[in-house]
Amino acid sequence: MTMPITADDNTQRSRNIIRNLKHLEGPMLPILHALQAEFGHVPDEVKPVIADELNLSRAEVHGVITFYPDFRHHPGGRHVLKICRAEACQSMGSDDLADRVRQLLGIDFHQTTADGSVTLEPVYCLGLCACAPAAMLDGDVYGRVDEHCLSEIVGEIGL
Amino acid sequence: MSLVHEIDYGTPASQSDTPITLTIDGRSITVPEGTSIMRASMEAGIQIPKLCATDMVDAFGSCRLCLVEVEGRNGTPSSCTTPVAANMVVHTQTGRLKDIRRGVMELYISDHPLDCLTCAANGDCELQDMAGAVGLRDVRYGYDGDNHVRARNDGAINAQWIPKDESNPYFTYDPSKCIVCSRCVRACEEVQGTFALTIEGRGFESRVSPGAHEHFLDSECVSCGACVQACPTATLTEKSVIAIGQPEHSAVTTCAYCGVGCSFKAEMRGEELVRMVPWKDGQANRGHSCVKGRFAYGYATHKDRILNPMIRENISDPWREVSWEEAYSHVATEFRRIQYQYGRESIGGITSSRCTNEETFLVQKLIRAGFGNNNVDTCARVCHSPTGYGLGQAFGTSAGTQNFDSVEQTDVVIVIGANPTDGHPVFGSRLKKRLRQGAKLIVIDPRRIDLVRTPHVEAAYHLPLKPGTNVAVMTALAHVIVTEGLFDEKFIRERCDWSEFQDWAAFVSEEAHGPEATESFTGVPADLLRGAARLFATGGNGAIYYGLGVTEHSQGSTTVMAIANLAMATGNIGRPGVGVNPLRGQNNVQGSCDMGSFPHELPGYRHISDDATRETFEKLWGVSLNNEPGLRIPNMLDAAVEGTFKGIYIQGEDILQSDPDTKHVSAGLAAMECVVVHDLFLNETANYAHVFLPGSTFLEKDGTFTNAERRINRVRKVMSPKNGYADWEVTQKLAQAMGLNWNYAHPSQIMDEIAASTPSFALVSYDHLDKVGSVQWPCNEAHPEGSPIMHVGGFVRGKGKFIRTEYVATDERTGPRFPLLLTTGRILSQYNVGAQTRRTENVAWHAEDRLEIHPHDAEQRGIKDGDWIKLASRSGDTTLRSLITDRVSPGVVYTTFHHPDTQANVITTDFSDWATNCPEYKVTAVQVSPSNGPSEWQDDYNDLSRRSRRIAGKMEAAE
Repeated sequence: MTMPITADDNTQRSRNIIRNLKHLEGPMLPILHALQAEFGHVPDEVKPVIADELNLSRAEVHGVITFYPDFRHHPGGRHVLKICRAEACQSMGSDDLADRVRQLLGIDFHQTTADGSVTLEPVYCLGLCACAPAAMLDGDVYGRVDEHCLSEIVGEIGL
Repeated sequence: MSLVHEIDYGTPASQSDTPITLTIDGRSITVPEGTSIMRASMEAGIQIPKLCATDMVDAFGSCRLCLVEVEGRNGTPSSCTTPVAANMVVHTQTGRLKDIRRGVMELYISDHPLDCLTCAANGDCELQDMAGAVGLRDVRYGYDGDNHVRARNDGAINAQWIPKDESNPYFTYDPSKCIVCSRCVRACEEVQGTFALTIEGRGFESRVSPGAHEHFLDSECVSCGACVQACPTATLTEKSVIAIGQPEHSAVTTCAYCGVGCSFKAEMRGEELVRMVPWKDGQANRGHSCVKGRFAYGYATHKDRILNPMIRENISDPWREVSWEEAYSHVATEFRRIQYQYGRESIGGITSSRCTNEETFLVQKLIRAGFGNNNVDTCARVCHSPTGYGLGQAFGTSAGTQNFDSVEQTDVVIVIGANPTDGHPVFGSRLKKRLRQGAKLIVIDPRRIDLVRTPHVEAAYHLPLKPGTNVAVMTALAHVIVTEGLFDEKFIRERCDWSEFQDWAAFVSEEAHGPEATESFTGVPADLLRGAARLFATGGNGAIYYGLGVTEHSQGSTTVMAIANLAMATGNIGRPGVGVNPLRGQNNVQGSCDMGSFPHELPGYRHISDDATRETFEKLWGVSLNNEPGLRIPNMLDAAVEGTFKGIYIQGEDILQSDPDTKHVSAGLAAMECVVVHDLFLNETANYAHVFLPGSTFLEKDGTFTNAERRINRVRKVMSPKNGYADWEVTQKLAQAMGLNWNYAHPSQIMDEIAASTPSFALVSYDHLDKVGSVQWPCNEAHPEGSPIMHVGGFVRGKGKFIRTEYVATDERTGPRFPLLLTTGRILSQYNVGAQTRRTENVAWHAEDRLEIHPHDAEQRGIKDGDWIKLASRSGDTTLRSLITDRVSPGVVYTTFHHPDTQANVITTDFSDWATNCPEYKVTAVQVSPSNGPSEWQDDYNDLSRRSRRIAGKMEAAE
């Protein structure tokens, strides 16, 4: 039988994660990454826990989390697809690519498909300008994304 | 009169001694090394445009408006972040700079509302000023497109727009006007040290966020006002400015709340107070404030204020409003009748720590010269009288040894029995700033006060002692320092009496005083205590700050002496960064003590039996003075109960609420025939009064307050007294009615009399204060500039005196019936008995007193958070709601005493300090049990207060 996860459980799980990492120099970002890996996002209720463990204010923690678009506030889909919207990719047709993806998935940026399979996000440069337009699925990068490549990606997602 | 204008230099001053000479716009200027180009220019009178820079916080370099050109360097560096260099040649205004600045302003204005005429900051807006300064004439980008300004864009909801946050009772946050300069965020971090604000998001999404995207009231914000002061636009604005408009004149005055004594500009429109803004030249607060001084002045115009004198024959009668003349002659007649009937000693008076030095001086003069006895006392009796006695014995003066600036040079701080972030918030912020710079902190307190762990500050040691064991802990610290040879022998041999030191050293070295031996009853683990002692003795400049948690004990004076011993043994006296610093509770408690408010002392702490001193005053006043000390407050009440003390004049103190053992106080007052209360409100004491004289607020009179660092600050009248007369005028009229020939036309004449009669004030005058701003006594021929640090070359008394500090446990013990120890304290938003702060919007933060209890103790008693509980001691019982927290240790409970409904002093006992009668508020054995409503005492008392506040011909007051 699986027990529903309550806020208290999340707090205790977060505290364990934070305590394992707080000895690092500049521990905040490693902690946030670890929390996102654990929960799929950084839940609001862990902000006071991070603040308490690192002896910071809630405001400071909130400031850091919101500065980085990679840290999400709500759970994402099972996959995360990022399309590069930076200058080099735009010049190589990433706008069209973005439109095509939105059409294929039926969602806009920052949205998740109704079945929870994928979240679509913009990203500003993947460092793959030479292979523009670029995209990234769950940490794997794709260069020179064309129709063929796109169908491969969508296949991965399992739509 | 006009507004007191303060120059904003853009970046903080450099502390360097090395001069650097450079040229700015053809002018040669010399400034200390490390000064920014911006500040150097301002000092030369050249104002470089700026938005994100202000001299209360460090340079940030984000607004890109303060760019300059430096010959021989590339680009256009920002002048706020670029330090000066020798022979640098700077241009602040060139064609290139003009273009850049105008372009930057265009971007700002393209996302800013253009409602200047109806904006609250109109006339006080730096964005408006800068638009003017750079010659902005049009905005090429237009105002359409993405913006934070409008709730809707062409009918569609604008997700970037955030509505105004009006949750804070004193100021509003309007994100649509925010230019994201971060000044508020930095002020909250650097000045206040709360870190309640941040910038959330990034790029165009960046917004100021209180807490984690919360409302101001729900966030960590303590409403100190630093952010509002720092805001260059109308984004953060006082609600009073929105309601009234911009002020047109101002005067520098002194806050009437705690003993920090912050200087404020009272900004006025006509006789209406628009806002209080901390004054940057104020040497106690250095431009900072807390929620009380900055915002909680509404009591001055509260409807509860009594504006007409009132009389009644019996305390069961309703009050009858009378003319001032009738009131004076009634009091004079009654006092003379009582003295004729019961003897000269049958009347007395209490001076106020809330009133000015001049007013206090007059009240004690009235009693000594007019009543012909020395039955004068003051509320310092119940707070810092042990400080006066203990430090007087050890050093020779009854005052703190340092100025507040001294904390900037401290390396190790002991905070004992004080809670600066709540009780003395502006000092608390200055201390936190120093701690963030690396100074170490030792907290000795039964409760885990905020300083023990608060963002970016963590105490190296927290010694959570059992209430009442201060002496044992302080002596154990000395034991470690002496037995481990960590004392400063050179200092002690030079400054102190070596043989007394040896005697004391032998005493503290006894094994019974070691941390291992005392651990069992102090509850402080020996290894923690040893660590703390070693840190204090070896960590560099060591300073001790203490409060009422030290003095309000049966061994208060002994602890003060133990603190003095510790400071002397470690050589921490007589230079910046060290010292013994009592944090005085009230705005003028230092002053009221200085002004001869005690029954045994004439002004300047000179004993009444000293013939030479008495002669000075006898000559000046033309009367002969009694050479026997008079009665202290508790003695007056005892005598009243016995039937020998029948009349009292109480200026600005609520003894019923603030003095211990409420039932005894009420019995004493009820036994008197003429109780005269001189106050702003019908306070609790007034329930037993026969005559009520309306008082005036600090905004309505001239005078001086003396703060915890002995600083004499001017109080300036900014509005006429609503009751018609300043308190000093009322006392003078009363004296005249009693046949005394007093004719002071202005408080400055009273100060002149003080200066003429009291050596430590010899050079103090209003002219001098107007010239130098403020001065710390002693200020006389030997110290014409005043004395920021005392005992510099040697102690005032000659050689520092080491005194044995034997620990004698209080007679107040826990037992089976009363197993818990109650200790009391204050909270940031409320002040003492709350007569003022309860009549302001500060109740938004603290609407009632709660009893803090450890989860373990609560569990045993079946108490849940927020339950009504009965708190009982051997003296009495009361009810209040619980707050379950591990801030207190098991066995200890804690409450505040701001609300009269709670009547925490019904609980406290009549045990008091052996030397000074200072009551033992901080230790009471209690029991806590579930309850379902107010106690019998509370019901009876509420009934009595309601009846005794009736005024003939008026509707019954709602309270």
